[in-house]
Amino acid sequence: MKLSTTILAAAVLAAGSAAADTIAPGEVQYGEYGAVEESLTGKPGDPENGAKVMKTKSIGNCISCHKVSALDDAPFHGEIGPPLDGVGDRWNEAELRGIVANAKKTYPGTMMPAYYKVEGFVRPGKAYTGKAPDGELDPLLTAQQIEDVVAFLMTLKYDE
Amino acid sequence: MRFKAMTAVAALMLAVPGVVSAGPDDDKLVINGEIEMTTKAPVPEHMEDTNMDQIMSGWHFRSDETQALEMDDFDNPGMIFVDAGMEQWNTVEGSEGNSCASCHEDPSSMKGVRAVYPKWDADAEEVQTLAMQINDCRENNMGAEPYGYTSGQMANMEALISLQSRGMPVDVAIDGPARETWEQGKELYYTRTGQLELSCANCHEDSYGMMIRADHLSQGQINGFPTYRLKNARLNTVHGRFKGCVRDTRAETYAPGSPEFVALELYVASRGNGLSVEGPSVRN
Ligand code: HEC
Ligand code: HEC
Repeated sequence: MKLSTTILAAAVLAAGSAAADTIAPGEVQYGEYGAVEESLTGKPGDPENGAKVMKTKSIGNCISCHKVSALDDAPFHGEIGPPLDGVGDRWNEAELRGIVANAKKTYPGTMMPAYYKVEGFVRPGKAYTGKAPDGELDPLLTAQQIEDVVAFLMTLKYDE
Repeated sequence: MRFKAMTAVAALMLAVPGVVSAGPDDDKLVINGEIEMTTKAPVPEHMEDTNMDQIMSGWHFRSDETQALEMDDFDNPGMIFVDAGMEQWNTVEGSEGNSCASCHEDPSSMKGVRAVYPKWDADAEEVQTLAMQINDCRENNMGAEPYGYTSGQMANMEALISLQSRGMPVDVAIDGPARETWEQGKELYYTRTGQLELSCANCHEDSYGMMIRADHLSQGQINGFPTYRLKNARLNTVHGRFKGCVRDTRAETYAPGSPEFVALELYVASRGNGLSVEGPSVRN
């Protein structure tokens, strides 16, 4: 039911409308292997902003764990996760959306944080203050930032 | 400064841009050209279910320049704080007219102490850290105010006491009455906390030797505490470091001196059983 409204919203969007319903973290539908078919915002992602989210320490900070050759202008790439070069060939958009939103659905027990999740944590804090949170948690990235990151990841193809 | 221990290979690696450090190095830590430190040791029995094949001091994960600072006491910035600790040792404070020296004479009487803390205190019926013992003496034997748990004065005193055991193997007891606290610490070590859902083990057991952005992950050993960090240019205590690491998982931290951090300290110390007491060490 919820699903069909969003599909409808997406269809309307595709037809040129700007207003879209954002899917809340608790409402994201993950497939059996962790993929998320539907866009979280219904709006296309901006790969340029996605690149910025991935390399900025105070935002996604993805390169703290992943090497990404296309982001070589930012210093210090980590090696905890696999290099993301060519990741747009290895996974489709829905799979990448699922990995970024909550990688634990694709890789159970992975060290990669869930970027679009707000519940189920042990002693969550108020960002990096070490203090208790004031109220409800925001996800690590907004729905649009997730879409932007996915759009950027889709550009990471091996050029043959 | 002494760079003689720097191997040619390591020097070459440094010179090649873009070479990401791969794992710990094989340098030898000898302090003042005479104290041979055990910085790699067999995995303690209680860790045999981990995939680790060796325990290692955080010294091995630092750059050659940072390593060199710990190889000579004249270069080790932590030694200034040992001097400050020495002054505190001899200063009479509190209602009883005592200094540490009144009861313990020379700090050399503290030889071996650092190596076995945290340890079970039968009278208090709890596991005590060195910091707790120091404050116990201040309050009950001196009638003085306790030091702040992670304060500069506490770190100075810990540095002075650690130095007396330098080179001795860490040997904390985890059986008998300390067992329950140790189990609690182990549980905390493997609990994934905060919005990033990371445990100590994620970084320091599963990923040591790897880079996390600009940081080269070590095993998170505490044999080198208190630690002089180039980053904040002062001595850092164990619980101060724990707090920083937990905070970095976007978690609400435990308080320094809390039962949780005491338990965690016992557990983390036991993961270093066999490494030399190294405090005050130098890290970045
Ligand atoms: C704390 C470490 C960490 C951070 C931060 C992190 N990842 Fe990951 N990531 C991993 C690990 C580890 C894996 C491999 C999955 C596994 O086996 O657990 C992974 C896998 C992936 C994959 C699949 C790669 C492949 O080759 O199949 C993608 C895509 C990805 N991450 C994207 C991201 C993005 C985008 C961000 C930031 C928004 C990010 N990661 C942040 C650790 C991290
Ligand atoms: C997100 C990764 C991460 C997590 C989780 C983490 N740490 Fe750390 N820790 C680091 C980094 C980075 C450093 C600095 C480099 C190094 O020594 O590993 C560090 C350093 C340390 C040190 C200093 C080691 C030395 O030689 O001076 C100790 C001790 C430590 N961590 C303990 C812990 C404990 C205990 C926990 C869990 C409560 C923990 N860490 C969780 C990343 C982490």
